[in-house]
Amino acid sequence: MLRIDYLAVGGLPRISFEVTPHECLAVEGPSGSGKTRLLRAIADLDAADGFVYLDGAERREVPGPEWRRRVRYASAEPAWWGANAREHFPATAKLDRLIPAVGLEPQLLDRPLSELSTGERQRLGLVRAIADGPRVLLLDEPTSALDAQATALAEELIKFQVLAGRMVVLVSHNPLQVARLAHTRLVLPGNGKAAIVASAAA
Amino acid sequence: MNYMALSGGDLALAALLLVVNGAISLAFRLGLAVSFGVAAVRMGVQLAAVGFVLNFIFAQTSPLWTLLIVLVMVLVAGYELVQRQERRFRSWLAYGLGNATLLLVGGLATLYAVVVVVHPSPWYAPRYIVPILGMVLGNTLTSCSLALQTLTEGAVRERAAIEARIALGATRIEAFATVLRRALNTAITPLLNVMSVAGIVSLPGMMTGQILAGADPAEAAKYQIMIMFVLTGASGLGAFAAAFGGVLLLTDARHRLRLDRLAPSPT
Repeated sequence: MLRIDYLAVGGLPRISFEVTPHECLAVEGPSGSGKTRLLRAIADLDAADGFVYLDGAERREVPGPEWRRRVRYASAEPAWWGANAREHFPATAKLDRLIPAVGLEPQLLDRPLSELSTGERQRLGLVRAIADGPRVLLLDEPTSALDAQATALAEELIKFQVLAGRMVVLVSHNPLQVARLAHTRLVLPGNGKAAIVASAAA
Repeated sequence: MNYMALSGGDLALAALLLVVNGAISLAFRLGLAVSFGVAAVRMGVQLAAVGFVLNFIFAQTSPLWTLLIVLVMVLVAGYELVQRQERRFRSWLAYGLGNATLLLVGGLATLYAVVVVVHPSPWYAPRYIVPILGMVLGNTLTSCSLALQTLTEGAVRERAAIEARIALGATRIEAFATVLRRALNTAITPLLNVMSVAGIVSLPGMMTGQILAGADPAEAAKYQIMIMFVLTGASGLGAFAAAFGGVLLLTDARHRLRLDRLAPSPT
């Protein structure tokens, strides 16, 4: 279980919530309300007061790199450091299954990254984030650059991660996507107001 | 060793070349005549002062004097290293990193060269320590400066890629691998070039000085080879130490990228 306890993100009121295995929690709120900052704090990419527990262990009890192998933040615009996509995946990644799952050709992996479209890179970024099987996925607008068909495939992949017992925290601007994927909603209202946890049915 | 001692008149004759330059600048209104004068006077006064100070230091027998001048040289070099950076670390971090690197690498390389290779008696003889440390610091300063400059620039420009690696579970050194490699390459390539062309394109300054001072050219060459090994070794180690130290300062113990530790870019 992922438990966020009294976490101080930027200037926001302290935030507490829980995500259990097989659960997808959607984070909603206007631009600048702190959605990305919240995800980055959970992954310990930015320092924040308060506590984050994964299966009972607080993040400070675990070395940073080890924590981020379990609690994975995936940016809306994945960044790359190598010449082609293949260099960015662990050798053990099941790419022959994952790449077609998001509607991409495996040959794309060896093309120069600069030749790929934004949507192709975003899908590769999603695959990269899940390829080594982290416990928690913090997905920051994972389908913002995708058309309807690619979005449907990406959502299937995310749903499969939830079914497999992972915990997903999803930032999305699309209420329909939230309704399709999320069990729980966390609303960051902005303007210094406290976060609200609600069931997805609301 | 016997050599042709220079008189004040000899120096004045050499300065005539600068006077010609100044005259040309005046004739073509380049506006450089005053700068020429100021720079030439500065150079003359500084070197003459150093000559006097070294005369005094060499006459002392206490190792404390050697230690004092070593510290002054390291502090000045550390200050210069920071001044050369476009993106500096905040406050004392910058000077801490620069001075620690130069003291560690410059000091150790000089001690090694003097005590193990040259082994004069006494081992702390300033006549050996001071000139070798001067050359080591000058060279190490350049390579450290290049390494840090490339590292901080790369960290700012490739922030997204570095953070992507961190988010995927990389340690700070792994996340900086590409930037680190480039920083070390940039710092070390000039050292290789200098070694490759030494003696062909130009005679190294120290060897020239020894030959002018009456030394046997073959002996001067041996000294120069020793110095090149020490200088290149120290500069390479300095670049490593500065770059790795820089990565440690640009990240924290939780392996987070900490660009907030760089001072705002001067615009």
